[in-house]
Amino acid sequence: MSTLHTVNKSPFERNSLDTCLSLAGNGSTVLLIEDGVAGALKNTTATQSISDAMGKGVKFAVLGEDLSARGLPADRIIDGISVVDYTGFVQLAADHDNVQSWL
Amino acid sequence: MSVTKKFVYINRKAPYGTVYALESLEVVLIGAAFEQEVQLVFVDDGVYQLTKGQSTEGVGMKNFSKTYAALGDYDVNQIYVDEQSLKERGLSMDDLQALTYEDEDDDWAEKSSMQLVNREQLAALIGDADVLLNF
Repeated sequence: MSTLHTVNKSPFERNSLDTCLSLAGNGSTVLLIEDGVAGALKNTTATQSISDAMGKGVKFAVLGEDLSARGLPADRIIDGISVVDYTGFVQLAADHDNVQSWL
Repeated sequence: MSVTKKFVYINRKAPYGTVYALESLEVVLIGAAFEQEVQLVFVDDGVYQLTKGQSTEGVGMKNFSKTYAALGDYDVNQIYVDEQSLKERGLSMDDLQALTYEDEDDDWAEKSSMQLVNREQLAALIGDADVLLNF
């Protein structure tokens, strides 16, 4: 079974991403949306935990529309995180068996 | 008789995910009409409010980031950005809008409204406030 995890809270304000990463395993994809996109940037206090999760086989994606809204440059996101649009969001949901929303 | 008080607005939330940032900006603009001393502080995720190049077409929300540039015209020209918050988020002052005002006491010279502050300076600022408003 594969799971798509969506995280919509900033990792600097809530612990949603931490909890998500502690439970997401190999074959899971974590999609950062809304305020959660802040975690996608390089050189932040959240970067290491995302890199560690990648090492465990967790895939990462970030919603480009939410990056743009917040003025966060897509060329400064962590290597290995793919930028998707709303269509890509739907595709990810369809490609996984289940969706877990970390509200 | 009017009394001038020092109003400090503390902004700690990212824009768009919640309504706090927009609400704060609206209250600041309303408050500016009452000719009080106004200081804006951007700390924690509040620093995201000031990023340049915000484009909200994709999310279908109103882009209110351009309004910050108008603050100088309302005599809101004391804007403090927490250095530690920027650093934790992989950001620097170069990622933020350059907010300015025209100094009427200096032949309307254009000057920066923004100051990078450390936690010690921020603590002093909060300590000196007459009114604290949090968003």
